[in-house]
Amino acid sequence: MNTKKTSLYQLHQESKAKFVEFAGYQMPIQYSEGIVEEHKFTRNHSGIFDVSHMGQLFIYGGEDLIKDLEKIFPLDLKNLKLNHSKYSFLMNKDAGIHDDLIITKTNEGFLIILNAACKDNDFKILKELLEEKHKMVLDDNRSLIAIQGPKSSQILNDVIDGVKDLNFMSGNWFSFQDHKVYITRSGYTGEDGFEISIPNDFVDKLTRELINKGSKLIGLGARDTLRLEAGLCLYGHDLDKDKTPVEANLKWAISKERISKGDFIGSDIIIKQLNNGVNKIRVGIKPEGRIIAREKTKIFNKSDVHIGEITSGTFGPSVNGPVAMGYIDNEFSKKNTKVFLEVRGRKHPANICGLPFYKKSYVKGATK
Amino acid sequence: MSEVKYSKEHEWIKLEGDIATIGITKHATEMLGDIVFAELPEKGSNVEKDGTAGVVESTKAASDVYTPVSGEVVDTNQAIVDDPSKINQDPEDSAWFFKLKIKDQSEMDTLMNKDDYDKFAKETSA
Repeated sequence: MNTKKTSLYQLHQESKAKFVEFAGYQMPIQYSEGIVEEHKFTRNHSGIFDVSHMGQLFIYGGEDLIKDLEKIFPLDLKNLKLNHSKYSFLMNKDAGIHDDLIITKTNEGFLIILNAACKDNDFKILKELLEEKHKMVLDDNRSLIAIQGPKSSQILNDVIDGVKDLNFMSGNWFSFQDHKVYITRSGYTGEDGFEISIPNDFVDKLTRELINKGSKLIGLGARDTLRLEAGLCLYGHDLDKDKTPVEANLKWAISKERISKGDFIGSDIIIKQLNNGVNKIRVGIKPEGRIIAREKTKIFNKSDVHIGEITSGTFGPSVNGPVAMGYIDNEFSKKNTKVFLEVRGRKHPANICGLPFYKKSYVKGATK
Repeated sequence: MSEVKYSKEHEWIKLEGDIATIGITKHATEMLGDIVFAELPEKGSNVEKDGTAGVVESTKAASDVYTPVSGEVVDTNQAIVDDPSKINQDPEDSAWFFKLKIKDQSEMDTLMNKDDYDKFAKETSA
């Protein structure tokens, strides 16, 4: 199979990226400074992430589309304001998660940002569910970059005037040298930032301008440590078809209004789990020492009973220590419960903790 | 007189008398990326040539550290356990991993000299 390249491939090469194959794309895992420096630069200044491998699905329509999408997503889309975004999931009838996503109401319908590895399957599922009633475009002609970190608002605003007035989880159309770009104030690092959807032909130019203003390219390696410190899930690891949003501790993302009606795919299971509780649940886990417990590490209680498994674990550069999350039997999910992680045949003490590991600094916008 | 030799697993070994100091090469640290965790063998334990004698972890993955020769662990470098980033900074000197009292000096002959190792490292990473 041919691996695909994003429109920023040449810039990545010039910037001495190390590449990995990810979801069929050649993507930069890190640049010359390395993951720890890139992570810290994002937290303290501003980092640019090429996330063009992710799916940008535009679905066009009005009232009918809203009704149809509400049968699929556990969101109050009717009352979602124009240009506002929500985090959500595409579920199967058992409430297992096909993908997690960000959906934004636009003037022509909805824009849904999908995970790279899931986007083609998501498209198929949605097309079937929507019975081809609405025009759907999984747009390969647009790139997607994120700019994240405390200096990003000023840097991006110097290039595209007006973006600093956006509120968190909202967006709008802007213009970059007469080209239409859709920008939302969002991201996946636990920092204030923006995601920019821009035609492929101009993404290189925009990115170079942002670099000239002081931002830096950051690889997928630091994106992973940043999102894990922020307590955010990675599909295929922390989320999959065998886990529900309630088990994933993401019930905050499900509309209460919609639960009371219970008319979306997977709602039976969601309601049952909300009422009766779940057997396993996603928690934050902080190892006591420096040992790193990675994905698939087994979790034991103090009586040496196997009670769960790590789904993401790494070293958190801002925490300056190991961080992890995983699924654990609900009765052991209380904060400060002592557990043991089996790494290379030995059991190491750790504690269940709240998420995030690193406190967010999302900005509510300058207009408020 | 001391000689430095290199293994295919990217360890360096410096022999002074019958005491060998062992660490990982600069090339190894460049492949690993930022090292954030190091585990060393226990002092007083015996390690066998090509056996596991420690672990390093980068932000990306864990890798075993092997010992290129057999011997008894007589010292370990706690400084790299306390601050693993030292391994990236000075891998072939102050960030050594452990010292062995070696058993069989002839095991040194199976290892590469600097020129051969540099060539090997270049070929295997290409």
